[in-house]
Amino acid sequence: MDFRLPNEHKMLRQMFTEFTEKEVKPLAEEVDEKEMFPVETVKKLAKYGFMGIPFPKEYGGQGGDNLAYAMAVEELSKSCATTGVIVSAHTSLCATPIYEFGTEEQKQKYLIPLAKGDNLGAFGLTEPNAGTDAAGQQTKAELVGDYYILNGSKIFITNAGYADVYIIMAMTDKSKGVKGISAFIVEKDFEGFSVGKKEAKMGIKGSATCELIFENCKVPKENLLGKIGQGFKIAMKTLDGGRIGIAAQALGISQGAIDETVSYVKERKQFGRAISKFQNTQFELADMQTKTEAARLLVYSAARAKDNKERYSDKAAMAKLFTAETAMEVTTKAVQLHGGYGYTREYPVERMMRDAKITEIYEGTSEVQKMVIAGSLLR
Amino acid sequence: MNIVVCIKQVPDTTEVRLDPKTGTLIREGVPSIINPDDKSGLEAALMLKDETDAHVTVLTMGPPQAEKALLEALSMGADEGILLTDRAFAGADTWATSSTLAAAIKNLDYDLIIAGRQAIDGDTAQVGPQIAEHLKIPQVSYVANLEKDGNSLILKRVFEDGYHKVKVKMPCLITTLSEMNSPRYMSVKGIFDANREKEIKKWTLEDIDVNREHIGLKGSPTKVKKSFTKGAKAAGEKFEVEPSEAAQIIVNKLKEKHVI
Repeated sequence: MDFRLPNEHKMLRQMFTEFTEKEVKPLAEEVDEKEMFPVETVKKLAKYGFMGIPFPKEYGGQGGDNLAYAMAVEELSKSCATTGVIVSAHTSLCATPIYEFGTEEQKQKYLIPLAKGDNLGAFGLTEPNAGTDAAGQQTKAELVGDYYILNGSKIFITNAGYADVYIIMAMTDKSKGVKGISAFIVEKDFEGFSVGKKEAKMGIKGSATCELIFENCKVPKENLLGKIGQGFKIAMKTLDGGRIGIAAQALGISQGAIDETVSYVKERKQFGRAISKFQNTQFELADMQTKTEAARLLVYSAARAKDNKERYSDKAAMAKLFTAETAMEVTTKAVQLHGGYGYTREYPVERMMRDAKITEIYEGTSEVQKMVIAGSLLR
Repeated sequence: MNIVVCIKQVPDTTEVRLDPKTGTLIREGVPSIINPDDKSGLEAALMLKDETDAHVTVLTMGPPQAEKALLEALSMGADEGILLTDRAFAGADTWATSSTLAAAIKNLDYDLIIAGRQAIDGDTAQVGPQIAEHLKIPQVSYVANLEKDGNSLILKRVFEDGYHKVKVKMPCLITTLSEMNSPRYMSVKGIFDANREKEIKKWTLEDIDVNREHIGLKGSPTKVKKSFTKGAKAAGEKFEVEPSEAAQIIVNKLKEKHVI
């Protein structure tokens, strides 16, 4: 097993870091404070290829792989978890299912502008009464002539309002339970589609999280993604991949918090010396970095498994579970090591701690990850 | 339009630390970068490529690890990279370096040659102008802006107290300032293409037509006689007084030291 990164990935890391330092980090505080979706940054991300990393060039992508994609989300999230999740939701939850399940026509029409970053993508599965129990979908789709007519609503949708294309799950045959769910590609301008209330959140405040409303929304029947009744399978496969992105986001938050703490403890003096000289500081930092490095290997290993077309859903679940919990622990310790200043908005670690929490919840809570991992053990 | 950009891989001097005992540079662990003036020259070439479909070749002379600088240039969008590497080229001063680079450029089709003004690890600003002399083509140094106008370029040449606007016919050589633009980042696709599809040509002494007396350490008229660390000066005395009193103090000090 080779743990060395290929040269191209080392160069990618250098480029992602440089981009993040210059373009993302200076805005991170404002993005959080003003709950500002970083529109201009997304344009720059598109220009340099961040929005289509793992897709082939013939579909507008960068011809890269999932490891490169995970590293991009990691580096962005070191400075701004909002920016990280914009790329992750777009890539994993919208462009990927079109790439994996779409027809050639759908790929030409939707994947190319998504992968180029000309369009932004989103994904809608969660409903007020269908969270972890995703099978309880109430949004309905009915075939009338050449259109599916969608009625219902979705909540907590990342990139909502800014996205051009949405992958939407809806019940086409309630009698069949999860096998009655189908997936659709919905454009923002489709008749009967609207974006509802925006959530006020604890963290990732610049990320737009809104309700989606479908009132007799007309979706052309050729926009059915995959086969009829395949929606739940598509959603679960999509979330398997999405977990690599969110794990990478959590990993970035962890490392970002450690990097901030390392510079702080060297500067901060108490009892006449830098607090980095105290063994408690050293031991805490050692634990934080060790867990983060272990998390990194899990994330990269899941990404590599997906690249190699191996089974990766359990690996992705383990990566997300461990990385999210690590991010929460590491950011909490980072705030503690900053002391009173850590609790203020003068330092970024309080933002990182707030941002870390969501990684234990979205795209499958930590408890769901445990279900997936145990499920693969007890098959 | 064919553009050749000459670049140099240099230690990132913003990251260089001094050994407090010996006073010399600690090069270990210092990242290597494309020299900033050269990188802006490359950006200028890539901007011309965006506008006019120019073909951009990047050329460097250096040890095998200088390939990394070429890979970065290819990842930013250059079309071709050539690494001049041979033990015979080692130890070159600016004269030998420019002889070698000029010989390599003679193998290429070019309308425009771009070199950075000077390298941050040498600061001579000689290699670019010398290449133009070897090739007997016009040169404009210290360029802060360029526009293409048919077969000519309209350039802003910067001086300490102003600038000239000059028009020069191609083929020509220009040296560029890092202030002229902000170089683009590598792109994701650029990095994958550079590593997977683009080839870096390695040229040795065999591949170029050059007088062997004019290359490497042997062909270098500059000899380093001695290198030393500049001694630290003691902090001077500071007086905050009226000008007339200041003049008196200066005169007294100069007399003390028998200068006057």
